[in-house]
Amino acid sequence: MRTQPIDRAAAALPAETRASVYDGSKSGYDKRTKVLFDHYADPDRLRELAGEVKQHVVENLDTYLPALEARLLANGAKVHWASTAEAACEAVHGIMKARGARKLVKAKTMVSEEIGLEDYLTKRGIESLETDLGEFIVQLDHDHPSHIIKPIMHKNRRQIAETFEKNGLGAYDDRPEEITRRARGFLRHKYLEADVGLTGANFVVAESGRVVVVTNEGNSRFCLAATRCHIVLVGIEKILPRDRDLGLFLNLLARSGTGQHLTVYNEFISGPRGAGQPDGPEEMHVILVDNGRTEVLATECRDILRCIRCGACLNVCPVYRQSGGHAYRSVYPGPVGAVLSPLLLGKRFPEKADLPKASSLCGACNEVCPVNIPIPDLLLRLRDRAHREGVPSPGTPPMGAWAILATQPVAWRSALLAGRAINYLPTALVPVPALRAWESKRTLPPWRGGEFRRWLKARRK
Amino acid sequence: MTNDREAILARVRDALRPLGERAPLPDFEEGVDLARNRSPLADPLAEFTERIRAVNGEVLAGPAALVESLRARGWTHGYCDPALWPVFAPFFGAPFTVETSFDRTRVDDYSFGITRGVGAIAETGTIILDDATSSSRLAALAPWAHVAVIPRSRLYADLPSAVAALGADPNIVWCTGPSKTADVEGILIEGVHGPGFQAAIFTD
Repeated sequence: MRTQPIDRAAAALPAETRASVYDGSKSGYDKRTKVLFDHYADPDRLRELAGEVKQHVVENLDTYLPALEARLLANGAKVHWASTAEAACEAVHGIMKARGARKLVKAKTMVSEEIGLEDYLTKRGIESLETDLGEFIVQLDHDHPSHIIKPIMHKNRRQIAETFEKNGLGAYDDRPEEITRRARGFLRHKYLEADVGLTGANFVVAESGRVVVVTNEGNSRFCLAATRCHIVLVGIEKILPRDRDLGLFLNLLARSGTGQHLTVYNEFISGPRGAGQPDGPEEMHVILVDNGRTEVLATECRDILRCIRCGACLNVCPVYRQSGGHAYRSVYPGPVGAVLSPLLLGKRFPEKADLPKASSLCGACNEVCPVNIPIPDLLLRLRDRAHREGVPSPGTPPMGAWAILATQPVAWRSALLAGRAINYLPTALVPVPALRAWESKRTLPPWRGGEFRRWLKARRK
Repeated sequence: MTNDREAILARVRDALRPLGERAPLPDFEEGVDLARNRSPLADPLAEFTERIRAVNGEVLAGPAALVESLRARGWTHGYCDPALWPVFAPFFGAPFTVETSFDRTRVDDYSFGITRGVGAIAETGTIILDDATSSSRLAALAPWAHVAVIPRSRLYADLPSAVAALGADPNIVWCTGPSKTADVEGILIEGVHGPGFQAAIFTD
């Protein structure tokens, strides 16, 4: 039987990895729900409000982008614009070349993953090192993150300990505390050696030009305490209008992402270091990255640009829990990725047009989304687009026969009656092997086709 | 790159042109819309103390309590903001070595850092540092223990009032408890890159 790519990826997932992903995403969800609903009488009101703020930004980017640029320049930052992944990589490289910089430490940036920055810089002799513990382990393994905020959800401690041993970070020891201590000891010297600290941004505020970076580990803070040059890689959709919106968004981000009241480090950066401060960057660059976002903006799916990358929709998604992040073949996995990844491809949309189909449309992602993105609606729009563009759809059962029945009342009534035959057929004789196998483990309820119609008819009288 | 600017803005305008009415910016009232289900303790300091404990941080009564706490844990080599040192020096005798400048080439020598903080948030147990007030970003981050000395008048009740007070400093950081991770199997470990021990001292 032909299946969808995501089914094949899920089937190929080792049991150990599946267990890691399932436990990790489930615990993330349980904690989040409790915190959000304990703390607010009406958390949905907060989500709707935040969604309205971001939708406003998305629909007014033509005003907000130049306004943000003007603030950043006034704050003493340099602003770069990058249409494509290549242009964004070039911008980073250009800044480094101008400084004669050879080493870069990175924190909190999915855009760098999206644009393939590490490869680009490595080929040009520049060392670029991930500093988030999970991202660091992913980098050592030449692997990819499988979750937006828990990059190594798919790994367990034994696999991590083996990675450390292989990479000269001490003898095998799989205690999480020891793993963390060794990373601490190794990475702090890397920060201090690096010329440039590169971060993403959770939010950039148009009114003040503040770049807001949120981490629990403090790795982004260390990048900005140790290096002399700060580069911010940020998607053009990450804008908030006013500082006061931060009160709303920081509350929602921490609770939605990890179930905390507030993330440990919330850093607000609006320029090079202050006079008299001995530590931190004397130069700040902000690279505004498009890389497909304006194409998304031009579609009816632009609501997805509200996303604040909290990971809540991954944790709650039954498909993500079974298949893990890598099954989405994209930097952005889970429900948000199923919408965003094919859209970011622009004209190459068909390459990932299968992702929107890998959903039961249960709607849980929409219910937890801190910016209330109607993900199931967007998935349907993308399925429709794939259909209109004639993208082949392996693994989708043929619906032709059903369509004929469902559109012809006489045929439908006869089929409902004929279905009664199934109550008298020995299932061992079902001619389709897959159906026989399915039936052997389940007992079908008796066929009661047509009863609803009878009930309705009686009611109308 | 200039071309990229024009190209991106042109694409943004083209994409938005077909939209009829654009979504308006909603307004909200912090006190109503963002209000938490919480009963703030009568004393903000008591609430701060409770909240920072909940994230495994501490409030210390003053320099004497600090010195006792450092001594008990065997943390004897550290950094102190030169502006605070005249007040703290009398409490630090043997076996302490305290430096008033932070040497980044010996980052592992320091087990504690004492700096000033510019404020705190009661609702979350958060301390606030900025470039103008905190003498060294590294000294408040790299040592295992960080102690922030904060004027009591700068203790904000909640997040929205701390946001309103952000001000013009180019670098402000809110720290809520020790640095932490749950990347390895979801198990909470403190002291990843930053402090494993975070404390606050309030002054009048």
